[in-house]
Amino acid sequence: MGMTPAIDMTTALGPLTLASPLVTASGAFGYGMEYFGAVDYSKLGAVTAKGIRIDPWPGNPMPRHAEVPGGIVNAIGLQGTGVAHFLERTLPFYSIRVLRPLGRPLPLIANIWGGSVEEYAEVAKRISEGAGGVVSALEMNVSCPNVKSGGHTFGQDPSVLFNVVSAVRKATTLPLLVKLAPNVQSIAPYVKACEDAGADALSMINTIPAMVIDVERRKPAIANVTGGLSGRAVHPVAVKTVFDARKATKLPILAMGGVYSARDAIEFFLAGADAVAIGSAMFSDPSVVAKTYDGIADYCARHGFGSVRELKGALEV
Amino acid sequence: MIEEIARVEEHEDEGNGYRRLVLSAPSVAADAAPGQFVHIKVPSLEESALRRPFSIFDAGDGIVTVLYKTVGRGTAALASVRKGEEVSVLGPLGRGFPAKCSGTALLVGGGYGVAPLYFLARKLDCPKILFVGGRSAPDVLALRDFEKIGVEARVATNDGSLGGKGFVTLPLDEETKRLRETGGKFEFFTCGPDGLLRAVSERALALGVPGWISMDRHMICGVGACYACVQKTVRGYSRCCIEGPVFPAEDLVWE
Repeated sequence: MGMTPAIDMTTALGPLTLASPLVTASGAFGYGMEYFGAVDYSKLGAVTAKGIRIDPWPGNPMPRHAEVPGGIVNAIGLQGTGVAHFLERTLPFYSIRVLRPLGRPLPLIANIWGGSVEEYAEVAKRISEGAGGVVSALEMNVSCPNVKSGGHTFGQDPSVLFNVVSAVRKATTLPLLVKLAPNVQSIAPYVKACEDAGADALSMINTIPAMVIDVERRKPAIANVTGGLSGRAVHPVAVKTVFDARKATKLPILAMGGVYSARDAIEFFLAGADAVAIGSAMFSDPSVVAKTYDGIADYCARHGFGSVRELKGALEV
Repeated sequence: MIEEIARVEEHEDEGNGYRRLVLSAPSVAADAAPGQFVHIKVPSLEESALRRPFSIFDAGDGIVTVLYKTVGRGTAALASVRKGEEVSVLGPLGRGFPAKCSGTALLVGGGYGVAPLYFLARKLDCPKILFVGGRSAPDVLALRDFEKIGVEARVATNDGSLGGKGFVTLPLDEETKRLRETGGKFEFFTCGPDGLLRAVSERALALGVPGWISMDRHMICGVGACYACVQKTVRGYSRCCIEGPVFPAEDLVWE
């Protein structure tokens, strides 16, 4: 795989240009710097930071996760230190620990969430005004299954979704992604709501609501009782969601859910994705980034594609 | 922190489900400090399985050693790894024990919790005493290792099959009493089950001496990215993998 012919690996999520089609998924990569040293950053197109809210948020009690066959059920609960800390402390650290040694820009996508439409708009505004060019795009989390007063409530009704995306759209000129849940009757009305509200791209999927029971203790394995399933098991669900969304829109799609290999990523491209994010796979194998990147380039070469962008829509149904 | 492909040099059965895994991992070994851990990808588990964190029992000369107990699916699978095989090691990770101790270091270990205390004992340049406890004699580990480096060990087992009968806090309390009577300074360094950690934390706070508490938590990423392995502290939920695993006793909030 070392002698990969020159494949054009650039892609775009609307106005956001990516040097690689691989991105990290929010929640799986901290604030972009924690894995430095173990991940080949040269093969990433962007990193997505963990969810950011106006004020600090404690997250859920322990235990916060359970390993299951083919994945992880987690209920971290969006623990975070708030937007001020993100802007004043986290971003400078990201510049020093990642951008400086890397010697080139690496787009940072800030994932945002809130408990109300106003909070979503406010955090978007604060980051747009205060990130000093380090944040390249925003990703709205409207689909976290683990926080009651935010997250998924905005992503389970297309008219509510339209309102919150519209409010954030007015609050920022940064490229705007909206991260959708797979557990809806049909993805099309949600896609349409985001499109109508002015989103630049869509992210999908978030984790799938799930539960694990410790039968010995006859108690839920996670303190939050329920959580969200990620990992290998969700991949076919995610592929179908991307496939359905692609039929409903021309908006760029950042696809995620169970990418452990180039094969998994290529499925997403063929289903209609423009870029692919890696989440849970990072936990078991940080070298998944380099392996997936090389594998995609190798696949393109073997199948006569000069650019990764040509894979999009190359599915024969 | 790097990912290093390590060769298994030795993998010994220490009885009662305990094993000693000796890895050739020069880069991790060179950077490792006492109290840090390694995050190991268990080769015989499915590709997507999470890594498992292990305290570093010893590191140096290109070698990293861990001492563990088979307690679940991951460690049971790790137990089948043979000499000569390769495993992916992420490390060294976490914030370990301080490198200095003022007075006598009281090292308090329960079960496989003695693991990080050996590396610590080897590195600390001060008088030290090991207090080691377990349910029964086979749960008291690495006594010979400590003996070889000249660290006196005081042993307690719940069933009295080795050392004194009862909790390891009994001989520990005797020693702190003696040290206080003679005006000797001391600090606590501990790793083991939560009950022991809490007991040692409470003693450190009550006596007004430093207590360095190494938490053992299930982890996902091991590098501070996922926020799964948190412990309640005075700052809120702190990540054991990067803000710990070693915390000062006064930071911990027990529930």
